[in-house]
Amino acid sequence: MQQLLFAIFTMVGGVLACAAYFFGTNWLLDTIFPSKGLTGAQASRNLRITNAIRPWLFMAPALFALAIYLVYPVFESVRLAFHDRSGQQFVGFSNFVWMFNDGEFRQSIFNNFLWLLVVPALSTFFGLVIAALTDRIWWGNIAKTLIFMPMAISFVGAAVIWKFVYDYRSEGSEQIGILNAVVVAFGGAPEAWMTIPFWNNFFLMVILIWIQTGFAMVILSAALRGIPEETVEAAVIDGANGFQIFFKIMVPQIWGTIAVVWTTITILVLKVFDIVLAMTNGQWQTQVLANLMFDWMFRGGGDFGRGASIAVVIMILVIPIMIWNIRNATKEMER
Amino acid sequence: MIASSRSPLIIVVHLSVLLLVALWTLPTAGLLISSLRDKDQLAVSGWWTALSTSSQNLTGRAASPEAQVEKDGKFVISGNLLEGGNAKVSAFGVRPLQPSAFEAGTAADLGDGQMLTVNEDGSYEIVSPTKMEGTRGQRIFYTASVPPRFTLDNYREVLNAAGIGSSFINSLTVAIPSTIIPILVAAFCAYALAWMPFPGRAILIAVIVGLLVVPLQMSLIPLLKLYNGVGAFFGVPAKTYVGIWLAHMGFGLPLAVYLLRNYMAGLPREIMESARVDGASDFDIFVKIILPLSFPALASFSIFQFLWTWNDLLVAMVFLGTGNDELVLTGRLVNLLGSRGGNWEILTASAFITIIVPLIVFFSLQRYLVRGLLSGSVKGG
Repeated sequence: MQQLLFAIFTMVGGVLACAAYFFGTNWLLDTIFPSKGLTGAQASRNLRITNAIRPWLFMAPALFALAIYLVYPVFESVRLAFHDRSGQQFVGFSNFVWMFNDGEFRQSIFNNFLWLLVVPALSTFFGLVIAALTDRIWWGNIAKTLIFMPMAISFVGAAVIWKFVYDYRSEGSEQIGILNAVVVAFGGAPEAWMTIPFWNNFFLMVILIWIQTGFAMVILSAALRGIPEETVEAAVIDGANGFQIFFKIMVPQIWGTIAVVWTTITILVLKVFDIVLAMTNGQWQTQVLANLMFDWMFRGGGDFGRGASIAVVIMILVIPIMIWNIRNATKEMER
Repeated sequence: MIASSRSPLIIVVHLSVLLLVALWTLPTAGLLISSLRDKDQLAVSGWWTALSTSSQNLTGRAASPEAQVEKDGKFVISGNLLEGGNAKVSAFGVRPLQPSAFEAGTAADLGDGQMLTVNEDGSYEIVSPTKMEGTRGQRIFYTASVPPRFTLDNYREVLNAAGIGSSFINSLTVAIPSTIIPILVAAFCAYALAWMPFPGRAILIAVIVGLLVVPLQMSLIPLLKLYNGVGAFFGVPAKTYVGIWLAHMGFGLPLAVYLLRNYMAGLPREIMESARVDGASDFDIFVKIILPLSFPALASFSIFQFLWTWNDLLVAMVFLGTGNDELVLTGRLVNLLGSRGGNWEILTASAFITIIVPLIVFFSLQRYLVRGLLSGSVKGG
């Protein structure tokens, strides 16, 4: 309780400090370079100066925070990746050499690629299908809300929910996990799903697909609604059936949005950590890069060099998408 | 769309959407229902049977021979196995390997002429021609059908004993300031990027779009080192709430600036120009016109940031620590998964407490969430 009061106090203080900064610097600027009540030449000179300085005053706190929390760490991580566990001794590429010879790292890379292949594809696919189907029925919005809901649930909460779904009781006793109950009802034998190497990755992926489909659905549903009706009507007149309209008329028109959804989920997948930590903690060959990095950072005795080099690998995988995003954003602004 | 609504396929559409909705909601429904069930029932039967009576194999013990009374020349011990409750006994037995050897209402021979009868309502009677010896009562195994029972006991237990209550407060402490503090900072920056011309503006925007997808993992180790350094320099602990608020602010800023800039850039230019003609400065325009008009975008960002900080595990584990006093809800849940992995009554109730706040936010403010998603869909999560 006390800490909550402290939090609220700090919050109010922080907001007031921000407001004070913006008001204060703005007042200072106007006092030093006044533009009102002065004659022509000087007023316009002062106005020019204030107009040049003001944007930077507005942006200073944000740029400062971005520099400390995101820009500096990127360079520091790259530096650390070439240093030993304490960050003092330059070791060249030996962290990376170690990495590519390490079985667990190769396992993680392999699993991450599996995740990259499966999760964005299936999330986008389900999202697209659900968006298209729910547009046609009167209770579509209710259905959408329910499918969108997992988006609000934390990865850890989702992990508990699904651990319960996958729960395993030995053969003969009553299953309380619904998956095993279904398997038994169809005459199969119950399985401890989390411990089956290779396939357990897919059971973990289901969790992320469950969470992300709602996101894909919301974006794609808006895109589908943006399709000009004339194109669909023309296809109907030409005698196209529902499937043809969907795949040949509608989907090609929203490729751009599909790509955005796909890459957004791809980035999320590269950073997937909570689900693996909570479900298996990388056991039974389910390790992924982000969890491996966390391992080396803390539980591996705090090897910052190796941890940073794994982070750099994740970063390198993200860079192509980053460039693509920047290009798109720049193009959009020029329009 | 109009054409297809007349087609017979529409029933297939209804059914497939129904199936998909069921698939998507069942896991959460299972969790919620289980968290409300009696913990003994939860452990032995699936949550989908929650409404039906469950059959349980139980063990009881008759009263000790000291309680026997003499009746009509015979010695009788009587009592009730179920002690109230609405359960029904269907069968009973006296050996562990044959727990349902006799049907309820029939008499079982215990040897020495002793007869045991257990009735459906749980009442039992041991009748013996001779006085019974010993101090321990006869063990009785029985199968009872127990009616469904829902309770809030699980919640009471986790809130008090499992540390969920204090973690809930920790989570609030982390999430609220982390949501509020960045808003003003981001809004000023976004306005400058949207409406104030200055050299290098396009490059700055590009940099911010790039920062949107920088993996958090890149920041952890350098920032941890930085925090340790700052903490040692000033003689304060490195892991504090202030530290995590600032970290969440830093990580949330790219999205905040990006969302707000896009929104502000879409506002009509005429408003600002007419205000400028009236002699308003940039500062006045921002505070009096832009900020109130940007409310929907501010709301969108706040929801994102709140959900993200509430649901976050990684940042909290790194910058707040994993000690018992500072664990946030997600961290606590991970710990419980490790230590109480089999106690589903604890896990389900804890998990539901963890997800209830984001769910309330989600259902009440879904409109803003969707709007934010649509305008900022480049963000990497």
